[in-house]
Formats: sequence, structure tokens, C-alpha cells
Amino acid sequence: MKYLTFATATLAATAAWAETPELIVYTYDSFTSDWGPGPAIEKSFEEACACDLKLVGLGDGAALLARLKLEGARSDADVVMGLDTSLIAAAKETGLFTETAVNAEYTLPVEWNDTVFAPYDWGYFAFVHNKDLTPPANFKALGDSDLKIVIQDPRSSTPGLGLLMWVKAAYGDEAPAIWDALADNVVTVTKGWSEAYGLFLEGEADMVLSYTTSPAYHLIAEEDDSKAAAEFDEGHYMQIEVVGTLAGSDQPELAEKFLNFMVSDAAQAILPTTNWMYPAVTPAAGLPEGFETLTVPTKALLTPADEVPEIREEALAEWLKALSR
Amino acid sequence: MAQSVVPINPVILSRKTGISAAFLVLALILLALIAVLSRAEAGTGLGAGDWAAIRFTVTQALCSALLSVLFAVPVARALARRRFAGRVALVTLLGAPFILPVIVAVLGLLTVFGRSGWLNVGLEFLGFPTVSIYGFHGVVLAHVFFNMPLATRLLLQGWQTIPSERFRLAAQLRLTPSSMFRAVEWPMLVQVIPGALALVFVICLTSFAVALTLGGGPRATTIELAIYQAFRFDFDLGRAALLSVVQLVLAGSMALIALRFVPSISVGGGLDRVMPRWDARGGMQRLGDGFVITVAALFLLVPLAAVVLRGLMGLPSMPPTVYHAAGISVIVAVASIFVLLALALPMAGWIVGRRAGGVEAVGLLGLSASPLMIGTGWFIVINPYADPFDFALPVTVLVNAMMALPFALRILVPPMRDTVQRYGRLSAMLGLRGWALWRVLLLPRLRAQIGFSAGLTGALSMGDLGVIALFADPERVTLPLQMVRLMGAYRMDAAAGAALLLLGLSLGIFWICDKGGRWRAEA
Repeated sequence: MKYLTFATATLAATAAWAETPELIVYTYDSFTSDWGPGPAIEKSFEEACACDLKLVGLGDGAALLARLKLEGARSDADVVMGLDTSLIAAAKETGLFTETAVNAEYTLPVEWNDTVFAPYDWGYFAFVHNKDLTPPANFKALGDSDLKIVIQDPRSSTPGLGLLMWVKAAYGDEAPAIWDALADNVVTVTKGWSEAYGLFLEGEADMVLSYTTSPAYHLIAEEDDSKAAAEFDEGHYMQIEVVGTLAGSDQPELAEKFLNFMVSDAAQAILPTTNWMYPAVTPAAGLPEGFETLTVPTKALLTPADEVPEIREEALAEWLKALSR
Repeated sequence: MAQSVVPINPVILSRKTGISAAFLVLALILLALIAVLSRAEAGTGLGAGDWAAIRFTVTQALCSALLSVLFAVPVARALARRRFAGRVALVTLLGAPFILPVIVAVLGLLTVFGRSGWLNVGLEFLGFPTVSIYGFHGVVLAHVFFNMPLATRLLLQGWQTIPSERFRLAAQLRLTPSSMFRAVEWPMLVQVIPGALALVFVICLTSFAVALTLGGGPRATTIELAIYQAFRFDFDLGRAALLSVVQLVLAGSMALIALRFVPSISVGGGLDRVMPRWDARGGMQRLGDGFVITVAALFLLVPLAAVVLRGLMGLPSMPPTVYHAAGISVIVAVASIFVLLALALPMAGWIVGRRAGGVEAVGLLGLSASPLMIGTGWFIVINPYADPFDFALPVTVLVNAMMALPFALRILVPPMRDTVQRYGRLSAMLGLRGWALWRVLLLPRLRAQIGFSAGLTGALSMGDLGVIALFADPERVTLPLQMVRLMGAYRMDAAAGAALLLLGLSLGIFWICDKGGRWRAEA
């Protein structure tokens, strides 16, 4: 999850001249922050690999892909972590990624059989609000209400794209009408998850597009139980975050080792209370205390990865049309 | 300014270095554009959204310019004819918003005008409907906040040029305030207003950070923001290049037109002269001026106060990485100052030696070209040979210096021309040429202007959130970027602290350069 976007000085200090092999992983900013999963993941992996793990935070998930395209085959990166199912097709189309043999006993709500990317965590998109608000029961009720929401740009952020796919998966051809109704509820569209959540916490909106797991952050990290995720009766769209190896990597074995590590219990146990998402494989010790209080949608929505590009084009055009007015 | 009959030999100034500097600026921009075009796939073209962005950009820039100048007229008039305690401080503070880092200002504006900001809490308490700061209004509000003070300063300069004899004469003729306005002040305004309008219009035309934070999505996207989206999100280099060209042509041609009108920007000195105004003694006049000054001061100072207040509370919760980022920002700002001076001084010298101001147009390219386009272009150029990350800071420094170049030229050229016309013949007789000419004649006489330009560059560079947003990398984070990241990380207190630090550093570097330039210098 895109909490805690912020770079660490410890990263800047990693020895670049050492003889130990270096594995470079591109990811989103929040992953590498002091209070994100980065430091713990790095420590745990380096203990086992006799290598230097360099996590490079580069904005939001969708922006990662553009960065890779810009660098092309020259990229120093060995591994990319933080794309999601909505971006898998576009990522494969670049031809920059290579297959992986990683497999695990995933506890995802869906079957996983992608041979290029491995899932490391997942969650349901949801509108987060303060508990003193009675949330609407679905998008139609939200569109009819006076509630103010903050959403993310689908071109730059994975939640923004997730919302497009959500509305499309729930309403199909009715989606334009839903967006027309929602347009006057949207206070602003931010480029990433972080900005949107920040505005919500500042009181700039009644609800923000985030995840059903967001309230767990407030509950566990801040001992604040005032936030909740609204349950929508048309179902909730899922996000599965994935990690993959670049074909141009000069450390293919180390990269494969890292992918295996990410789905291992050691890494999976770190993710829930640092990345604030559900782990892809439930850790042996179970989910942390507090996760049982979260909203669990009764219906999960997910568009197959290979069908996303076509739907995205259409949905983006509809979205742009409704919101430019 | 007396017209000199002495032909000034451009060679005694800096023709060669001037040409080189101008050429360097041109090359930096054009190479970047070519690099982007080379990677672009043909046939994308501009979509409906892009045309909407172009329309929005022009409309908001027009509104921002008109409102900024409209509000600036009464404020400048009131300041020109009133003497009160704190007037000098207020005039100085009027310079602050322009050099304020955009994201700091946005934080302040949100605290005051946001949905749960001070204004709306007050409105709600009194039972009035609340106002929204997002979308068109938000962008225009922020632009007026940034540029109204600049316009006020330019107009105030205009008022200072009116000889006080005219006011004395008008007083003897017992002109009423309104006929005084028509007869004395209006003719001056007609000369100054077009320049102020043009300058604000061009500045707002290339707006990025304001639209990024207050835009509100597809409804309020500027061209620069559309370029950013095309680069970063769609990775559509063709469309980004096309948009860059549109921006370059639109802003560039506006800037060329503006060049005819834009008044020279004079340094702080002289703005504290208050002429006796017999026409403004009436109680109503006094009340009106007082009201105007109070409203303007509140509009400009309350958001600043909000930043300071929240920042003080947030200072303790700032992580050490903020100081690391602050260090990097200071280095970038200082380097930008040196690069700027290395470009601006020879260019100014060359311009002074010529009749037409064609070279200054090259300087304006820096204002019209998209920093994001330049950044991406250089990324593409560097990528095959070296790690572009290693060049993130040098490219940022160059782009920052180029952004400040047009302002520096406007500040430097007029007094330099004056100096050359006054002393050119003497120096020629003494055989002063090249470096010696600079050292003995030009630099000492232009100290105040050089200091002012350096301060402006340092402050703008300190708060810039352009190229670095594209090259963002954990090891090379500037303070504005770090602040944005903190804001995105739930750390609003720490972000507010960083904002205060950023505010202090921006104003500090400006103050040091400006004061340094005027220190012990004769007025």
C-alpha cells in the first residue's frame, strides 16, 4: 500500500563499492520509507543472500512502468515490485520482463497462474471515511448524495485505475452514467494515492478512495478507531500487487531468490503492518490483531489481466469525458 | 535615460561569451526537444483532452492576469500615497509570495481557504455557503496570490516615476481625487499595466505545481501538467513532444509580445518614497486606502502566517532526512545562482551592446520551455552513455537557472545599459576591455541588481518542484520533493515543519543575496 512515501538516508548510505553482488529493485516510494516494509525486507533478505539489496522508490505504481519504458533495456533494475493486475498486460507488452518459476500456497481469493509475475500482497479498494458518517451503500447512492470524495488519476496511480475497472466491472455499459452522477461529488483528482489520502485526513473530503485495510493502519499504528471502509453492495474490486524480474538483469539468480523470498513467510509476515495490505500467503502466525475488525466485502470483483487494456481504453475515455465537463 | 551618441563597441563588453551563453541555452532546449521527438512514435496527435488543456491554460492565465492587475491597482495606489508604520516592511513582504515555494504557498492557501480551512469554518459558523478551492477557482486564486504582489510592485514602481511636481501642481489647481486620477495617474497606468498583464499572463501560462495540487483532474489541466501526464503516465512521448511544442510556441510568442511591454524590474530601493498628496487627505480617501491595504495584507499574510504557525508545531516531528534534503536543496540553489550569473551577465552584456533585444528573447525561452520536457530530453540523451540518475541534480540546476534567466535579464539590462552609456566613452579612452571592464566598471555598479537576481534565482530554485519530480530517486531528494513525500505519508506535521524550513531557506537565500548586493553600495 502507498503509505509513508518517504526516502531513507540509510539507503543513501549503502555501500556501492563492495564486492558483494547488488540487486536493484524498483518499487514505489512508500515501500522504501522508514516505516514502510523496505527496511525490514532489506535486512531480512540481506541476512540470507550475502548480497546488497538496493530498493529504489520511484513514485506510484503506474508511474513505475513509464519509468521502465523510458530506461528501456539499459535499466539497471533487476526486479520491479509494485505493479498490479491492471498493469500486467501493459508490462508484458514491453517485452522487458522474463518468466519466473516462483510458486507458493497463495491464499488469494482468486487462482494465480501467471508465469511472469508473482503476487506478494493484495487488498480490496474501498472508500474510507470517518465513523461518524453514514456511508452510501453503492456508487448510485454515492452519486445521488452530497458527499465529497477524493479520487486518484487512473493514468498515474494504481488505485485510480482500479476505480475505473471497479465501476466498469460493476456496471459495464452503464458506467458513463455512474461517472456523470459522481462528477459533482469529486472534490479533486490527485496524481497518486498519497496526496488523496493526505487531503482526506486534512478534512478536504468526506471519503477517499483507498483500501478496506486502511483503517487497520489507524487502529494498529495510531490506536485510532475512528476510520472505516464503506461496503458497497455491487462488490469491491481487488488489487493484487506483483513482483517480476527484468530480462536484462545481470543477477537473474539473485532476482529469482528475491521473488521466492517475497512469497516466503519471512517477508509475508512483515507486509500486513508495514504495507497495510493482506499478505499473498497468510503467515504461519496468522494475520495481526486488528485485521479481524476490517470490512470484508461479500463480493469480490476482478477483471482478468489480459482483458484490462481494452476495457481501460474505453473506461478512460468515458471517465475523461464525464470529468472534463 | 539620456540617449548616447557614442557608439558602444560590443566587443568591449562580452560579445563572444554572450553569444556562447545564448547558444548554450538554445542548445539545451533544442537538443532536449530533438531527443524527445526522436523517441516519439508518429501519429498520436492531440486528443480532445489536450485541446481542453490548451483552452484551460489560456483562460486561467487570462483570468489570473486580469484579476492580479485589477486588484494591484488600488493596492499600489494606496501604498503610493500613504505613509504608515510598517509600510516598508509591508512593501518588502509584497515580494515574498513571488519567491515563495509553490507547495508551501499551496499548504498555506489550503489551511485558509480549504474545505475545512479557516475561511470556510468561519462561513459555516455564520451560516453562509462554503467555497471550494479546487479546480478553476483554486488555480486562479493561487495565481493571484503569487502574482498580485508582483503586479503591485511593478505598478508601485510606476507611481514612483511620476514627478512630485505634478502632484503639487494638481494640488494648486485643487483637483479632486478622481480628476487627479484621470489627469496624472491614469496616463501612467496605461503605460505600465500592459507590461504587468503580459508578465503575469506568461508566468501563469506555464503553471505546473499549482495545477498539479489544486487542479482537480481533467477539468483543470494546464499544458505543462498534460506534458507531465503524457511523460509519466501514458509514456506517450509523441504527444508530450507535441504539447511541448504547443507550449513553446504559445508561451514563447506571448513572451515575445510581452517583451515590448514588460517594465524593467527594479530592486527594492526607491519604493519607500512617499510623496505628499494633498488630494488624498480626505477622510473617505484615508478610510478607503486603509481598507484596501488591510484586505491585501490579510490576503497575502494570513496564508503565510498559517504556514509559520503549523510549521512551528511540526518542527519537532521532522525526521532527519528532511535536513539531508534541505542540504541538497541549498547546494542546488547555490549552484543555480552561479550558473545563472555565468549565463545572464555575458548575455546582458551582449544585449546592451546591441540595438535590438533579440537575445533577450533567447532568455525568455527558458520561461516558455517545459522544464519537464528538458528533463526528459536530457534523460534520453544521457541514458545510452551514463546513469541519468547521476545527472538529476546538474540538470535540475541548469533548468532552474534557465527559469530565472528572463527575470535576471529584465533586472540587469536597463541599469547596465545606463552604466555603459554613461561611462562607456571614458572606459574606452582608458582602454578598459574585457574582464577589466567588468571588474572596474560594471560589476561594482550593478551589485544591487546582481544580488537581487541571484536572490531571486536562489529562492526560485530552492522551491522548485519540476525536473526533480521526474528524476526522483531516494538518494537525491530536494526539500520540496521531501515535503511532498511527507504530505503523502500521513506526516502532515512533519510536512508543515518542512514547509517552514523551506520558507525560511527560500527567504533566507533571497535576503542574503539581496542584502549582500546592496551592502555598503551607494544608492
